[in-house]
Amino acid sequence: MLLLIVFAPLVTALIILLGAPGRVTALAGSAVTALAAFIAFFSYDSARGGFQFVSSWTISESWRWHFLLGADGLSLIMLVLAALVLLGAVWFTPPIEKSERLFYVCLLLIASGAIGAFASLDLFFFYAFHEVALIPTFLLIGIWGTGDRFAAAWKITIYLALGSFVLLIGLILLYRSVPAAARTLDLRGLQAAASAGAIAPAAQNTIFLLLLIGFGVLISLFPFHNWAPEAYASAPAPATMLHAGVLKKFGLYGLLRIAMPMLPEGARHWSWLLLVLLIGNIIYIGLVTIAQKRLDWMLGYSSVMHMGYIFLGIASANIIGLNGAALLMFAHGISIALLFAVAGEIRRRTGTLVFSELGGLAKNMPFLGFTFGVATFAAIGLPGFANFAAEVMIFFGAFRVGGNLGGFHFFQIATVCALWGVVISAVYLLRAYRAIFMGPPNERWKAVPDLAGTLRIPVILLIAATLALGFFPNIALRVLRPTFSSAVAETTR
Amino acid sequence: MLPWLALLLPLASALIIMSATRPLRSLSAYVSVAAVLGSFVCACFIFFHGTATAAAISWIDLGVSFRVPLGLMLDSLSRSMLFMVTGVGSLVHIYSLGYMRDDDGKSRYFAGLSLFMFAMIGIVLANNFVMIFIFWELVGVSSYLVIGHWFERAAPADAAKKAFITNRVGDFGFMLGILMVWTATGSFVFTDAAKGMTGFAGHSGYLTATALLVFCGAVGKSAQFPLHVWLPDAMEGPTPVSALIHAATMVAAGVYMLVRVGFLIQASPDALEVIAWIGTITAVLAALMATQQNDIKRVLAYSTVSQLGYMVMAVGLASGEAAMFHLFTHAAFKALLFLGSGSLIYMLHHEQDMWRMGEQWKRMPLTCLTFLIGTLALIGFPGSSGFFSKDAILVLAYQRNFPIFVLGAFTALLTAFYMTRLVVVVFFGRPRSDVAARSGESPAVMVIPMLLLSIPAAIGGFGFFARRFLTLPNEGAPTLAVPMIALACLIVGVGTAILLYRGRTREPLNIAFFRDRLYLDDLYTFLIRATQGLLASLSAFVDRWVLDGAIVRGLSGGVFGGGFLLRLLQVGNLQAYAFLFGLGIIGLIYFTVFH
Repeated sequence: MLLLIVFAPLVTALIILLGAPGRVTALAGSAVTALAAFIAFFSYDSARGGFQFVSSWTISESWRWHFLLGADGLSLIMLVLAALVLLGAVWFTPPIEKSERLFYVCLLLIASGAIGAFASLDLFFFYAFHEVALIPTFLLIGIWGTGDRFAAAWKITIYLALGSFVLLIGLILLYRSVPAAARTLDLRGLQAAASAGAIAPAAQNTIFLLLLIGFGVLISLFPFHNWAPEAYASAPAPATMLHAGVLKKFGLYGLLRIAMPMLPEGARHWSWLLLVLLIGNIIYIGLVTIAQKRLDWMLGYSSVMHMGYIFLGIASANIIGLNGAALLMFAHGISIALLFAVAGEIRRRTGTLVFSELGGLAKNMPFLGFTFGVATFAAIGLPGFANFAAEVMIFFGAFRVGGNLGGFHFFQIATVCALWGVVISAVYLLRAYRAIFMGPPNERWKAVPDLAGTLRIPVILLIAATLALGFFPNIALRVLRPTFSSAVAETTR
Repeated sequence: MLPWLALLLPLASALIIMSATRPLRSLSAYVSVAAVLGSFVCACFIFFHGTATAAAISWIDLGVSFRVPLGLMLDSLSRSMLFMVTGVGSLVHIYSLGYMRDDDGKSRYFAGLSLFMFAMIGIVLANNFVMIFIFWELVGVSSYLVIGHWFERAAPADAAKKAFITNRVGDFGFMLGILMVWTATGSFVFTDAAKGMTGFAGHSGYLTATALLVFCGAVGKSAQFPLHVWLPDAMEGPTPVSALIHAATMVAAGVYMLVRVGFLIQASPDALEVIAWIGTITAVLAALMATQQNDIKRVLAYSTVSQLGYMVMAVGLASGEAAMFHLFTHAAFKALLFLGSGSLIYMLHHEQDMWRMGEQWKRMPLTCLTFLIGTLALIGFPGSSGFFSKDAILVLAYQRNFPIFVLGAFTALLTAFYMTRLVVVVFFGRPRSDVAARSGESPAVMVIPMLLLSIPAAIGGFGFFARRFLTLPNEGAPTLAVPMIALACLIVGVGTAILLYRGRTREPLNIAFFRDRLYLDDLYTFLIRATQGLLASLSAFVDRWVLDGAIVRGLSGGVFGGGFLLRLLQVGNLQAYAFLFGLGIIGLIYFTVFH
């Protein structure tokens, strides 16, 4: 099953390269991927827990190097997210003027990089799949981007390559910190060795810091976030949907999969640093977001800001916060993809995303307005959407850490900041909605058409997904719970 | 099952309208009305039958460490509240059939109304803090949607945003309070948290902070000073919405919530003191502002803020019963007044300036009659519903906190003054505009709900009626002083207003300070610009020019001496990156194999 999910987009890309029509093939391929991801998600046996659907192909026995696929709840929810957003991004791709087929190939490659990383149980492939996804990202921005696209493309590539490089050093050190006899690229084996206390606390501190920075750059952890808004503003909307919605989650996935469970001592040691930085993400970036005057930049910054909540859930390192973080990864992926999709459609119709030039668009484009409104309320954590359920869990999880009635400690203060961040989110997102969709309609956009026909299907699909998990978070928690009550429970304080 | 049905029917209606009947505007309206009537029938059955239990479902289940149930709490408090909310809701839905008959966005309007009913019933029935917060936010968003109903105009669009964000500020405190309740008592289910209140023992500071933070939620939702600013602006929404959401039910939800968590609030005397004073300040200030408004709905809006202040005052005086009593009578007479003002506005082609009305008693006799009944109740005319409930609060204040009593009585005087002013200017004198001279009575679908509401507004205060719904406050030894003082205030207020406004065509006082909301809104705008605006611009500047510009570029230039990366930039091709990547892979393999 996993093999199908991992290779469906790759094979589809190959078929398109061989000359098949771009859009239809890509749609079919991503639909197959999504279907397979759904089936895997719902057939996961949560009573048994652990990694399931495991399949292994030996590459080198002496190196203990395998092409090893397997998924637990965390992987599965990320796979569903990747497949859903891929489907949405492909569907939302407007007619492309230059080399349309290559565009679709790039989209599919980004998705398969993310999917491969989420499904890999082998350290090498976990890393390599993500690296693969960086190249098509570069191409998508460099070739089909808008604005100063070359600068943006280079900026994101250099940032992410540097982040990956730091990450690589960390991963190598991690691998080497295990005694030679137990050394393996199998994540399960590494975890077992780590749980048995194979990694000395001092080594954990060093490695965790490297992983935190390495993954952090990929997630746009403050102050390594500067690539995000610029790249997201330049990239074509489908690429941004995939990157902000899915690929960026690779770093978070890595923290949850490797750094937190394998290096509990390091996590504890550096939790203060993570808290400081995530407050930077929420409050400082939140303020920067308020000051933006264009929708694409604002959304780029807002996606940086919302990473702060996920960091908070991760930092809490208890079952409540970690489950919340995982659910928010999914929820944020959906809502930011929708927001960028709408932004792309607006730009396609009006040629501008500057607030002061837009206004009253909901009159002509009720459906687009509805979509943006729904995604806005999802992003600011309105109950009913998965974002709210996740944020509540994160708040409760973080507030509990070291909490007593004597006063507020660091985790409580960070929670307070995060709660204030909810106000900040409402300020900038509702302001954007007010500026773009409400108010007196601008004469220039009288004839602009609404989102019509089959383009509404992916919108409804994505909204339905986040509503389903918002009303019934237990759908996700069924598969997530076994993950975080076994591997990471050991770090619970 | 029945309570769940009452809760979910409006949600089903909202979903049906959004997904199916949106193009059929009249059908949407009937779906919505049918749903709320269905909820009302359920509520009647629950109320008269005394249903006490309903199944709970699990919303978030993380095993023993964290469970959030969605359960319904059915006691006499929630049963009565459910009855009132669905009852007033039904009347307003029916009234809306007339008021919104020709509106383009009728489907959207009724979908929003249904969503509101769902959320409001959820607040009433919630059995735990997280669940009440969920529906708390949902009433907020439905309020946002209906305030911004005419979104193509700037004022409603701004008002909707302001309402939502102001409420969010209150909810920031509310959520923090919930986290603290959970930390101290180990639960957020009301009944368990009440049992766990011993957890606060020895931490009175934490307890007070918790109670006040929970109160923050009510400050936002019930428009208490200093977060009252959104409610008058919310009058940009359609008038039936103002009656239902911004007078009778949603804004009262804050008071209801405080009564619901009375076990927490009443455990801290310091918190009670603060709450009582916030309520008092709100009551007085809002009444002062009401005296100089010229928009008929704004007068009523400030009056609502002021009356909510009375209720919060009662909560602060540790009498949930008195607060709920006034909440119920206020729901009836204020909804009635808003529907009356809507009837005027509808027949006067959306004219809301009371100085462009006049002599409407001749043209709209039924509206005038019911409006008078509502006014008498609001100013506490002896025998009316408002007389009894306001008297209950004033007696409390008289016994427990004399300064608050004095301010409460003064507010009563102001109330009598501004309502008499309104009635005199709107219904009597000469018509002062063309539309005012040519108006007529509203259609029956609007008048009948007003007639029905005037019954509880008139007699709702008598014990035989009120006791069916509520536990009335025990006033202790009856005192004659309080009703006498109240009556004196009433006479002074009414008398002054009649003398001052009879036959006037323009405002004789013109006190800009009161008319311009004590300049509080301007102050907030200034403060927001000075703090948030400045900080935001500063952060954006730092991010763009310092962090990105200087440090990142500087580092990439400096650390990689000679600028390996800059060269990479100039080379500008993919091979360089692929090379870097390949280097990494080789490094990884090297380490794995040879070490």
